[in-house]
Amino acid sequence: MQNDIIFSAKNISKYFGHGKKRVCAVNDVSFDIADGEIVSIVGGSGCGKSVLAKIMLGLYSPNQGSFLYKGKQITNTLDHWSEVQSVFQDPFGCFNQFFSIRTQLKDAFGILKNKLSKQEVDRRVDEALLAVNVKPADIEGKYPFELSGGQMQRMLLARIFALKPKVLIADEPTSMVDACVRANILDYLMKLKDELGMTIIFVTHDIGLAYYVSDRIFIMHEAKIVEAGKPEEVTQNPQNPHTVRLLEDIPDINREWIKK
Amino acid sequence: MSKILEVKDLSLHYLTRFGQKVHAVTDVSFTMNQGEILGIAGESGCGKSTLVNGLMGLFIPPLYPTGGDVLVSGESLMNRKPEDIRVNVLSQKVSMIPQGAFNALNPTRKIKDIAADVIAAHGSGQSVSKQKIYERLKERFDLFGMDTEHILNSYPIQLTAGERQRSVIGISTLLNPKVVIADEPTSALDVTTQKVVIKMIFELLERNIFSTMIFITHELPLLRHVAHNIAIMYAGEFVEYGTSTQVVHDPRHPYTKALMGAMLSADAGQKHRKPTTIEGAPPSLAKTMVGCRFAERCPSARPECKQKTQSMRMVGERLVRCDYAE
Repeated sequence: MQNDIIFSAKNISKYFGHGKKRVCAVNDVSFDIADGEIVSIVGGSGCGKSVLAKIMLGLYSPNQGSFLYKGKQITNTLDHWSEVQSVFQDPFGCFNQFFSIRTQLKDAFGILKNKLSKQEVDRRVDEALLAVNVKPADIEGKYPFELSGGQMQRMLLARIFALKPKVLIADEPTSMVDACVRANILDYLMKLKDELGMTIIFVTHDIGLAYYVSDRIFIMHEAKIVEAGKPEEVTQNPQNPHTVRLLEDIPDINREWIKK
Repeated sequence: MSKILEVKDLSLHYLTRFGQKVHAVTDVSFTMNQGEILGIAGESGCGKSTLVNGLMGLFIPPLYPTGGDVLVSGESLMNRKPEDIRVNVLSQKVSMIPQGAFNALNPTRKIKDIAADVIAAHGSGQSVSKQKIYERLKERFDLFGMDTEHILNSYPIQLTAGERQRSVIGISTLLNPKVVIADEPTSALDVTTQKVVIKMIFELLERNIFSTMIFITHELPLLRHVAHNIAIMYAGEFVEYGTSTQVVHDPRHPYTKALMGAMLSADAGQKHRKPTTIEGAPPSLAKTMVGCRFAERCPSARPECKQKTQSMRMVGERLVRCDYAE
């Protein structure tokens, strides 16, 4: 069903620390994300966007408010991860250096509820590698340190192609790679969305990227969502000063950026 | 205008354990005048950072010079002892702003102590008292409108990413170097912090603390605003060299065109423009290469491109390494 609500947040807050040292990372945030939607959470460093992503992944639970996945609270994270998967910024931090990449891609199937046969797992790994334009023979017996950053980021995406989750949370998937690789990765992500009908949540500080990929953009500033709306509205007619600032700070080739 | 930096046919290679040579930089030549800002762009692994080491005269094995020369105000950096380079060149003549500010700062020492070390190691025998050094630091850091006392007395972990990067820039330019090489100084920062850091660099330029800079990044739109001239690097070679307006608004080399097409923009009407992708990967630099290095991935490659080695030629008032560029 198209209009099912995947994530529903009502007045959620997340604090770290106690007393005087208490830091509020997410402050009274509410939103609904529908099935099949692509939503981008945009904000500068330290605005709480990654904490929000971790709440969606079930790695943190909010201190206040209710956060529901398909109408239920996240209690069992293992069950949750069989449907909700993530791509992180640093692919080298996501793979164990001591095991070959193929082994790790196969191990990923352990998270699924229905156990597949060995042949089925091999077939799906091959299929996933081809989906990200890597010949399975090319990575046979290879370890993570033998590949470049762009290739490793593709391996992370291959894992997503193999597991076919319902929801993908991409936390700055392209901030460590150069522009060409970024365009490639976005291509694969869009392919994922078309093939699997996934819901994707992008966490990024690049409003240009958010504009290109998403159906809806949330702008975050100091733990609050300060503006939310369609990409055209948010980028062409921003209402909040923080959105205006984010847009102004992008070095655009057709606009004056810093007065010399 | 006087020539500050001259690079003549510089080639550098790494020697692997198995005796294999990896030619990371091939025949790079350019000159920089006093007050010029040169931007170098290219994808990961194209030899940008190796070139930086060469420009500072830091030939630490396994990096070796293959040929060519680097002259800083007429003085060659080739074939000199590392000790000589450290005392007489680094920080005073050529200084680098490294990429990862967190890795560049010693986590067990305060910013003021790290900065004092720079004066001790590169200040060519200046022995200055701790108090004097502190005053000098304070004076310099005050220029940036930062909370100087707090920053100088903090450990790197106590600072935000932006403060750390600005501290690194402050330390790198402490001895008023002639040439500053900034190796992706902002690629780990968000857009707002990036702007703050770039503003600080402009502030330093305006106050004549340094005047000549090489700025390395893979974000071409950023270079458009920072640099006077841009060089595009691919597989160890310069493939296009021109003014920033020429290269960004009117690219001629197929690789530069593809790089510009891959940029995303938040401008109206850009939502449905698909960014171009370049299929495949750059060639291995360990093999001897024949023909154009970009031929394998070039959308407009001709059969003869794979045989014929391309050299830089003038196209539309800038240098392009492609015989068929117009």
